[in-house]
Amino acid sequence: MVISDLIAARAQMALSLGFHIIFAEIGIAMPLLMVLAEWRWRRTGDAIYLQLARRWAKGTAILFAVGAVSGTVLSFELGLLWPSFMQLAGPVIGIPFALEGFAFFTEAIFLGVYLYGWERVSPRAHMLAGLIVAASGAASALFVVIVNAWMNTPAGVTVDAGRFTAVDPLAAMRNPSTFQQVVHMLLAAYASTGIAVAGLHAAVHLGRRGADLPGPRTTTSFHRHAMIVALTVAIPAALLQPISGDTSARAVARWQPVKLAAMESLLDTQRGAPLHLVGIEIPRALSLLAFRDPDAEVKGLSAFPRDEWPPIAPVHAAFQLMVILGTLMALVCAWAAFTLLRRRDLADHRGLLGALALLAPAGFIATEAGWVVTEVGRQPWVIGGIMRTADAVTPMPGLAVPMIVFSIIYLGLAAVVAISIASLVQETT
Amino acid sequence: MIGLPEIIAGVVAIALNAYVLTGGADFGGGVWDVFATGPRRGRQRELIAESIAPIWEANHVWLIVVVVVLFTAFPAAFSTMGTVLHIPLTIMLVGIVLRGSAFVFHSYGPYGRNRWGLAFAMASVITPLLLGSVIGSIATGAVAEAADAIGGSASFADVFVKPWAAAFPVAVGFFALALFAFLAAAYLTLDARDEDLQEDFRTRALAAAGAVFVCAAVALTLAHSAAPRVAIGVVGALLIQAATAFAAITAIAALWRRRYRIARVAAAAQVSLILWGWLIAQYPYLIPPALTIRDAAAPAVTLRLLAVGLAAGAVILLPSLRYLLRTFKGSGKVEKLKSGK
Repeated sequence: MVISDLIAARAQMALSLGFHIIFAEIGIAMPLLMVLAEWRWRRTGDAIYLQLARRWAKGTAILFAVGAVSGTVLSFELGLLWPSFMQLAGPVIGIPFALEGFAFFTEAIFLGVYLYGWERVSPRAHMLAGLIVAASGAASALFVVIVNAWMNTPAGVTVDAGRFTAVDPLAAMRNPSTFQQVVHMLLAAYASTGIAVAGLHAAVHLGRRGADLPGPRTTTSFHRHAMIVALTVAIPAALLQPISGDTSARAVARWQPVKLAAMESLLDTQRGAPLHLVGIEIPRALSLLAFRDPDAEVKGLSAFPRDEWPPIAPVHAAFQLMVILGTLMALVCAWAAFTLLRRRDLADHRGLLGALALLAPAGFIATEAGWVVTEVGRQPWVIGGIMRTADAVTPMPGLAVPMIVFSIIYLGLAAVVAISIASLVQETT
Repeated sequence: MIGLPEIIAGVVAIALNAYVLTGGADFGGGVWDVFATGPRRGRQRELIAESIAPIWEANHVWLIVVVVVLFTAFPAAFSTMGTVLHIPLTIMLVGIVLRGSAFVFHSYGPYGRNRWGLAFAMASVITPLLLGSVIGSIATGAVAEAADAIGGSASFADVFVKPWAAAFPVAVGFFALALFAFLAAAYLTLDARDEDLQEDFRTRALAAAGAVFVCAAVALTLAHSAAPRVAIGVVGALLIQAATAFAAITAIAALWRRRYRIARVAAAAQVSLILWGWLIAQYPYLIPPALTIRDAAAPAVTLRLLAVGLAAGAVILLPSLRYLLRTFKGSGKVEKLKSGK
């Protein structure tokens, strides 16, 4: 089968972003966990927290570097795969990209100080360096998501015959999707990473007990401390995420009605539209959720020209997956919060630890699904309503070749990252 | 006339210069990892890894700054480069990915350096070669011609291969490789913890200086027919030419007399002057002979905002970078790093 250049370019971009987004999330949240652990150590003098901060820092170094190189690939790919898009959009949304460049710079500099500076800078400076890494990671996400929000709901441009006659980069940054998307992405990063870390430590702890190895008390403490710090970050994020999801869905209903119709695979426009979730139909719930009115009219796909429909099946399936996983994460975090508030020892709650271990990859899967909803749901446009993806692709033929090359590289990198993290985990057990 | 477009083009040039001096030297370090020989080869590799480890990611971000400022301020130039130079830029990217990850995995990963050595070494050689040939192909005017020919009857090779796979761009690629290796060796003389290692890198720096000279001669000879504008510009700008020669002689003399601090500064100055010689020769073109800085510039409102953003970024960035370098590039850094582990 011959893959068309457009499909190859989209696949390569999707793969690159899908790969990068995981490492970006970890890069946003992991520094916060490190700093929290270090702060606990400096406050309590409990050396386990120090051990934890150092171990996490080692993992972060690997994951951050992979995030950095895959992010570099993306900045080039924008021009290598979508030169016409960049030529049109560069002047409008280049500013947040430039600011992201500086945020990333700050992150890289202070991560260097944090990782290699334990004995070279004062304790206060070291903690501050970690905080700066955490803050600039969040800032990077802010700037990049602003660009994506603009691609979904462009603002700040006057369009005439496919060209921009006037641009206002500041108005472009304040487009209608910016706030919801940024909040949703940041919460996703903290919830996904926090639960993954807590789940990983829970799994190792359970595995050790399952094998009937009593182990020294410090090992148990190590995992308990780790879970408490990770859950401190994960619990608020996972509990807030459904609220953020709700406001996001309302924004989509208002500004991207075709995307909402695809998310719900709603063919015909109807009043009092029901919500479908894993085969269950909840009457009028979609109208209620999207417009705060159980009788509100929700536009169906048939209200839009056929050539402006996004691919429906993947968007619908991904949306369901995201909602289900997000709900499970919120429930398990509520359970964990309840346990911690009653001052019970996490290490004794096998059921909770099992649930956390099972959900360890859930946040990342939900993130990928959510990203499919946003990006596949935006098709066939690269800039919503302004430029079609098909018109943005490079004239360079044979794009299947770089797609295959990058697929192999990403597969290899993913394997090596997995092995490295596994060996880091094994050092602990 | 110097206006906002020229100032921002200058910022791109400064960022490129910073990348060459820092990231370039890191690639050069990889070259010396390949050529680690003699009784102290293990210690040579250790020194290279230790000098690069804390700073390579920050160094690497300069390239991202070049890319984002280029596509914000000069979208037409970025678009043309991304289209015509798709193949070398993609290979360069593969090199960047492999080198970065190889480096991290061999510092932190489960297998130690041997498995990663090959990827690290290959990527360290390939990336500078392609960076150089990308610059060389832009200078010849072939990129602009190829961009014009897209959609016409020109063959795939004419548009996407020949502009960069030609004698002059390849010569510039080797020139870049030699320059990066020279820079790295000159820096490493200062980072070395003992005299034996210093001598190793002193010899290497002197050898690389010879290679730089040969590559420069070849590239300049080829330039007369391939990129006459650059050849005339570079030779014509006597002041820059003289300054470059002065820096080169100072660097070699300082290496010879083991004045490593002076050698480091002079080597950096020499490489920077070569870069600026090319840029000034090409001025006012971004992609000669088609796109000038003004032709490619984004609307004024974008440039003004970008300038504000860059200024604000610099206020945060420059002190941070200074702090990073002061923390890790002071004298006696290696001993402290060792004991810190």
